[in-house]
Amino acid sequence: MTARRLPFSPWHLVLAPTAIVFALPLAWMLLSSFMSNAQINQFPPTIIPDSLHVVGWDHVLTQASFPRWFANSTIVSLVCVVSNLIFCSLAGYAFARLRFRGSTILFLLILATLVIPFQLTMIPTFIVMEKLNLTDTLGALIVPGLATPLGVFLMRQFFMNLPREVEEAARIDGCSRLGVLLHVALPLARPALATLAALTFLLMWNDLLWPLIAINSDDNYTLPLGLTTFQGQHTTDWAAVMAGNVVTVTPVLLAFLFAQRTFIQSLTSSAVKG
Amino acid sequence: MEAAQPAAPPRRTIHQRLLGDHPSAWGFVFPAVVIIVGLAIVPIVWSLLLSFRAADLIGPSKWVGLSNYDALLDDDAFRSALGHTVVYTALFVPLSIAGGLLIAMALNRRIRFIGIYRTLILAPFIASVAAQGVLFSFIFDERFGVANSLLDEAGLPRQGFLGDPDQALYVLVGIGLWGGIGFPVVIYLAALQDVPRELVDAASVDGARRWAILRHVILPQLLPVTIFLAVWQTLLSLQLFDLVYATTRGGPLDATVVVVYYVYNQAFELFHAGYAAAVAYVVAVFLMLMVGAQLIYNRLRTRRA
Repeated sequence: MTARRLPFSPWHLVLAPTAIVFALPLAWMLLSSFMSNAQINQFPPTIIPDSLHVVGWDHVLTQASFPRWFANSTIVSLVCVVSNLIFCSLAGYAFARLRFRGSTILFLLILATLVIPFQLTMIPTFIVMEKLNLTDTLGALIVPGLATPLGVFLMRQFFMNLPREVEEAARIDGCSRLGVLLHVALPLARPALATLAALTFLLMWNDLLWPLIAINSDDNYTLPLGLTTFQGQHTTDWAAVMAGNVVTVTPVLLAFLFAQRTFIQSLTSSAVKG
Repeated sequence: MEAAQPAAPPRRTIHQRLLGDHPSAWGFVFPAVVIIVGLAIVPIVWSLLLSFRAADLIGPSKWVGLSNYDALLDDDAFRSALGHTVVYTALFVPLSIAGGLLIAMALNRRIRFIGIYRTLILAPFIASVAAQGVLFSFIFDERFGVANSLLDEAGLPRQGFLGDPDQALYVLVGIGLWGGIGFPVVIYLAALQDVPRELVDAASVDGARRWAILRHVILPQLLPVTIFLAVWQTLLSLQLFDLVYATTRGGPLDATVVVVYYVYNQAFELFHAGYAAAVAYVVAVFLMLMVGAQLIYNRLRTRRA
């Protein structure tokens, strides 16, 4: 517009401060996990520490159960990712390609569960887990997450858009439906499977409410549950709480960093048929 | 479409008639259907039955008819929880949608560092809400938190934040926005990239000003996505729980007890499972009505437009 032009796009002036607002609390979390509680608790509090400490990390990694909770979260998330990949592919493929009695009604039922709020189902789900003798075990966390309606929906969408011709050759060669799915359709579905894996991992790793209901003993906590409990017990030990917080968020943030496209895809995919 | 079979199928076995052309498909869908239907559809019915009973999750339950729903009508604690949820929703939904649109429009250009900006802005949304809550309990800690030290530095009075019953709910909205705006940003970014370039170009050729392009070309294209977001964000904020649990646990003075927190507390802390099921049912019906009303309203508006 005027003669005086910035040497860079003016949008940097909007975006840089915005990015800082979003990133700064996370950076503060990392920084304060390396502060001593004396540095945090002094008045006025430190903003830029003059030395770094590992007392918080020592507490979290050697005295508290964070390594155990990390293992629990990993087991629950990975088992559910794998089982979602299998069960949702199978179901999605059947709903997309095979006609069978009741398929429409079943699929509509699954779609309907997408909008059912969890608070409506959590009490009976707890009772079911109790009857199966699963409460207070990792099984109680895994079983409800073995297959998700969104996963079935995603895979069905993908297979519907896959041209039938690619499967026809294999069918003519006498391949069974399962064989076609395994050898022809699934290898093509890699992007959809990655999306599903990212989504399941996020949901399982980050959940708090269900573990809070289903788990009692310290040994079976997942990271979000362990973290909130730990914070309740150590309200003034902020260095350790922040170290635990870093442990909790690092795996998902790293996964996001390395597979950003997949994660963004998995978020937008939930909106496709909104 | 397997339209190969004409009107009178000559040799359909009894099996095919009963189970369809691909009875083996049942094997494909069985595991997913058992889990999804078994842990969603069955519990819905179960919850309804439970809401007519006095149950404590331990001993046998007893039929009490509508008395749980009766009690609900006079429950001031429930009413105030509903009020907190409505306030949170009324602030969070429009702010996250408007903010998400603005950020997405800023991010939707090819300039240097844009990938870094996008990563940083989306990072909080990926982190668990529990972790976000714990982080901000620290930042807003009345004595040791960095928020109050910054106020000190600026010479402004210290605040109670999450410890102040008059502020806590609004602070939660703020944290919710920081951690939740990533979703509308991602959705709008994808939608903006789908706005046909020709539309925007045609508008600029006509000499339409930027604002007019935005208002008459881009925004109408984004309407369907905005409707989706409005419904989705409403569902999310009506189900707010993790953030409250990780920060205030309903306090101070019950100022941040929201409905799902109330249901959780009734069922799993006080063991009033029947009553909690009744509350959950009322809230779920309320939620479905709101979402339904929003959908109908939006549909009518788009039709008129």
